[in-house]
Amino acid sequence: MTKIALNLISGRTIQQGVAMEGGKEKDAYTKACGIIEMDISDLKKLGAWRNTNVRVTSQYGNVVVKAVEATQGPHPGLGYIPMGPWANSVINPNTYSTGMPTFKGVPVEVEIAMNEKVFSSVELVQKKCRGEI
Amino acid sequence: MTKTIPDVICPFCGTLCDDLEVVVSDDGKKIEDVYNACVIGAAKFMHAQAADRIKRPRMQQPDGSYKEVSYDEAVEYTAQMLAKAKKPLMYGWSSTSCEAQSVGHEIAEKVGAIVDNTATVCHGTTLIAVQDVGIPSCTLGEVKNRADRIIFWGCNPTHAHPRHQSRYSIFPRGFFVNKGHKNRKVIVVDPRVTDTAKMADYHFQIEQGRDFELLSAFRVAIRNEWLPDTVAGIPKEKIYEAAEVLKSGRFGIIFFGMGVTQTLSKNHNIDNAIMLTKDLNEFTKFSIMAMRGHYNVTGSGQVLGWQFGYPYCVDLSRGFARYNPGETTSNDLLVRGEVDAVFVLGSDPGAHFPISSVKKISQLPSVCVDPHITPTTEVSKLHVPVAFVGVEVGGNCYRMDNVPIDARKVVDPPEGVLTDEEFLTRVNKRLEALMGAK
Repeated sequence: MTKIALNLISGRTIQQGVAMEGGKEKDAYTKACGIIEMDISDLKKLGAWRNTNVRVTSQYGNVVVKAVEATQGPHPGLGYIPMGPWANSVINPNTYSTGMPTFKGVPVEVEIAMNEKVFSSVELVQKKCRGEI
Repeated sequence: MTKTIPDVICPFCGTLCDDLEVVVSDDGKKIEDVYNACVIGAAKFMHAQAADRIKRPRMQQPDGSYKEVSYDEAVEYTAQMLAKAKKPLMYGWSSTSCEAQSVGHEIAEKVGAIVDNTATVCHGTTLIAVQDVGIPSCTLGEVKNRADRIIFWGCNPTHAHPRHQSRYSIFPRGFFVNKGHKNRKVIVVDPRVTDTAKMADYHFQIEQGRDFELLSAFRVAIRNEWLPDTVAGIPKEKIYEAAEVLKSGRFGIIFFGMGVTQTLSKNHNIDNAIMLTKDLNEFTKFSIMAMRGHYNVTGSGQVLGWQFGYPYCVDLSRGFARYNPGETTSNDLLVRGEVDAVFVLGSDPGAHFPISSVKKISQLPSVCVDPHITPTTEVSKLHVPVAFVGVEVGGNCYRMDNVPIDARKVVDPPEGVLTDEEFLTRVNKRLEALMGAK
């Protein structure tokens, strides 16, 4: 299975903001934030169609999200997961004595996970907390 | 007949827009429409009307499900939890009013808690830098009326502060910039071609995480000193050109966001950005401002500041205020297992903390006070729904430039739903009885 290495950042999107205010338990929030925005060249390298589920793995955890084409690109080599529990499953929690976890600039590997499910925010956090995934 | 309420404050982002118009039904109970707000602000007002809104506290059961309980039981659980805990963490405070924050701090002092706000995962590093090197800043009104050089560094207001550019930073016609955006030069520094970058005169698509280098390069370039051919992926010619643009302005402003506060150099990025501002003041007038996220995170810093002397992560567990980012900050405390209870109000660490910290919250006695259902409420032992500040109850808030603005109430909360301040006041009263009996 092809794996590609990306540098992951997270941040706000307007869809994330709207979906968050509309209710984090709703599907719209999963659609807005349970994604990874990838450059088209990286999608090609991975051999994935747009809107394919992928597993993103870092040294700190892994999460299944939907790979979509970058909306604010091009940014080859850079992956973008909007801020939320999906991004926070893989970001670097180390604060290096500043109090601030390292939300941006996390080396990750991405692989196709076509048959795996993107969990909703509540499901994802509850399952991770219970150690089920 | 509907009624239109003018000059409503938007309780979403730090821009704290104060020109919303909200149309409410004749009986004043239902919001029919929202004008002038961005799409996120409108969603916030409309979500307050959701039919599936939780209106009573819920306690987690052993099987993980939630059972409705009364507010009295919720007050009792919260007070008992805080009274028993040796070192509770009281986190959040950014989506509530300064009045509620103040009551929360009284509780924290009483029980010896650590009070931390969302700056801890947002602009906490900025606050460290400000303490290191100071900050030359201004108000958004000055930006609107004077600024002709605008830098957005590591921030994307088009998505995060949607009306910032139209109200203050790019488009409005100001007193000294009467042609609006035609009078202003906009520079965006971001590793992505963001929607903000698409509006800019200059976009520097920086190599991610190399902000410190590029900030240093700007400081070199404004002095016309030597630079290597490229810095952080940007050719030196472009840096020299931008430096001249900055120096030739009459009033400049650097807005910066998570792109600099959350990358590896953290507070040192901000140190350098502030020093660049200082350097530019040798040539023209320049200011710098943090793009604060929550509508009242600035207020939380202010209230903590004037009550305890520190803007976030204040440790009151020893009976006096201590502050040491890296030690008394929420994520460090949670990961090291140094707190024994968690109280969250006006924030969602379940969604916005690293999952390793969220796991710790789920294992501890925990209370989450939030109008919405969030990942935090769904792993906490108790969820207390409250009225939306800025929609169903008024209160004081601070804009990102530290200007206080009173938020307004537009409709009543659902019957029987308490406000943050009312709930905290009841907890405080119960604690008085409990702690007095100790």
